[in-house]
Amino acid sequence: MIVYLVRRILNYLVLTAVASSLAYVLASIGLNPVAALQSRHPKPPQATIDLALDKIGANPKVPLIERTWVWFTNLFHGDLGQTVNNHAVSETLLNRAGVSLQLLLIGSIIGAILGVVLGVWGAVRQYRTSDQVVTYVSYLIFATPVFVMAVLFMIAATQFNQAIGTQLIVFSGQFSADAPSDFWGNLGDRLSHLLLPTLVLIAGSAASYSRYQRSAMLDVLGADYIRTARAKGRTRSSALVRHGVRVALIPMSTFFAYSFGTLIAGATLLELVFSWHGMGEQAIQSIQAADINAVSGATLFVAVLILISSTLSEVLYAALDPRVRR
Amino acid sequence: MRRWIRESGDEMTLSGIDALTEKESGFGLEVPEDPRPVRERRSVSRGGMIWRRLKATPRFWIGTGVIVGLVLFATVGPLLTGYAFDDQDVLYLNYPPTTVHWFGTDTLGHDVLTQTMVGLQKSLIIGFIAGPLSTLLSALIGSFAGYVGGASDKVISWFIDLMLVLPTFFILILLYPFFNGSWVLMTFFLALTGWMIMAQVVRSQTRSLRERDFVKAARFMGFGPWTVVTRHIIPNVASLLIIDATLGIGAMILAETSLSFFGFGVQPPDVSLGTLLDDGQSAAVTRSWLFLAPAIIVVVLLLAINLVGDAVRDAVDPSSGNNRD
Repeated sequence: MIVYLVRRILNYLVLTAVASSLAYVLASIGLNPVAALQSRHPKPPQATIDLALDKIGANPKVPLIERTWVWFTNLFHGDLGQTVNNHAVSETLLNRAGVSLQLLLIGSIIGAILGVVLGVWGAVRQYRTSDQVVTYVSYLIFATPVFVMAVLFMIAATQFNQAIGTQLIVFSGQFSADAPSDFWGNLGDRLSHLLLPTLVLIAGSAASYSRYQRSAMLDVLGADYIRTARAKGRTRSSALVRHGVRVALIPMSTFFAYSFGTLIAGATLLELVFSWHGMGEQAIQSIQAADINAVSGATLFVAVLILISSTLSEVLYAALDPRVRR
Repeated sequence: MRRWIRESGDEMTLSGIDALTEKESGFGLEVPEDPRPVRERRSVSRGGMIWRRLKATPRFWIGTGVIVGLVLFATVGPLLTGYAFDDQDVLYLNYPPTTVHWFGTDTLGHDVLTQTMVGLQKSLIIGFIAGPLSTLLSALIGSFAGYVGGASDKVISWFIDLMLVLPTFFILILLYPFFNGSWVLMTFFLALTGWMIMAQVVRSQTRSLRERDFVKAARFMGFGPWTVVTRHIIPNVASLLIIDATLGIGAMILAETSLSFFGFGVQPPDVSLGTLLDDGQSAAVTRSWLFLAPAIIVVVLLLAINLVGDAVRDAVDPSSGNNRD
């Protein structure tokens, strides 16, 4: 079991390193930092441009394969190079990772729990009104792009604020400039900013998890081992939770890993809509600024997140399914 | 994430498909004697049976009806409004919906109704090309990897894993400099980045089909991989591919609107639903008609496509989905 996990993790590590190097290559071919430097006003002298290009390791006179190799080897020393504005990429990444993770972690954990609970509840109460309502609402959420939902929530929050006469729900940035400095006031301010983006993220992920969980749960509801558990004296709810939900969660653990990528993409879009200064904003701004190192850094961050979530789902799978452990 | 995939263990399988064929072939079932003479009995093909089930699903007809309506809205509509999508009506700048401009106008006096129709047209074209194209790619790559096996299978599987390390949206943003401005190229890039998960499903289906007698027979008769894959493997996963292509259209339209919304997709002067939503976003609170018109269209369109996709899935695999017993 440990051997199996270690092998999977090693495989993921290699994939992550290769994927981020490929991203570096793509960014180097597609982006043109020379043009970006030349278009500055006043136009810097050629020597300065060359110096700046060398500093970020993007001088087109050096062959691409050599530049990639330098980037790749530096990666193992924890050095991700410099941004076009002379900051260390690793430093900017750390600042922004915190912001993104705040949104992602809360959204994915609450979303997954809510989705599983709704799915199980829907399966147990199949075809009742509550099940139908959950089904129709999740269909509607599926059909709504994340950013459309975000803007609709903003419209609703604005009207809500107008109706009650104060700015209770704020939805621009992570915190207000004039936030109260005491602990509770500050926390309240941050939570108020967190509310809308988290709600959108939760709605999206809970909708898809609940569909899968409902389907997986329906598969096990009629199973013999549930009847056996009932026959040996377990109550209905205990049999369903201890024997049903546990089995139904096994295929879900793979799905969690798969859907985490979608979740990251969704969170990226939300950061932009709600003007959060996180990793998504970083990725998109650095493409616009033709900043190769920053793009590759952001890609690496996303790849590492996927790596962690895949590993976690393997562990969850092994914890739930004793057959894998052998 | 395509929603009808179910996994068991590491291998993804579509449970039900195998079970279904067993049931139809009558093994283990009492088949009542058909009183009609043999030549009058009509054998029911698998495709015919799926179509019969599909015809009986209201969701299928509602979805199809809405899609046809929206296609007409996008193609015939612009001819009827009396405005071109880039006409500027200086007498009506920033007007809320009126009888002159049913959906209102934007800051430049564009007729929002016409713009929505033309934008929908572009989104539909992109979705209807990119969705089926990515399904075609996944069918070819997945069945080839599964059928040939060996080293090429390893390489392809590893490449799929590699592409799944990054969310598709990120790959597309990285590719943006390569299709800068051209929506035709963007359509192809959408297809090129959307085939991986389906290819994995097709691959695992192919690996089990490979051991079936009819495939073995074809192989031993000396047919090459291309012939066996196109004649025997792909027809047997066709129902999966149809579902994937249907839901894929929706997924691609969603991807297109997201990319365009953030400026990485369709570029002016072209309009798509994504660029319209982007334009409407900044004024969504004060001049909501600019945002709501394309938003409602996109939600209705995706809802209809998902309805059809789900109905097809349920017809192909009655043991899955929402309306099973």
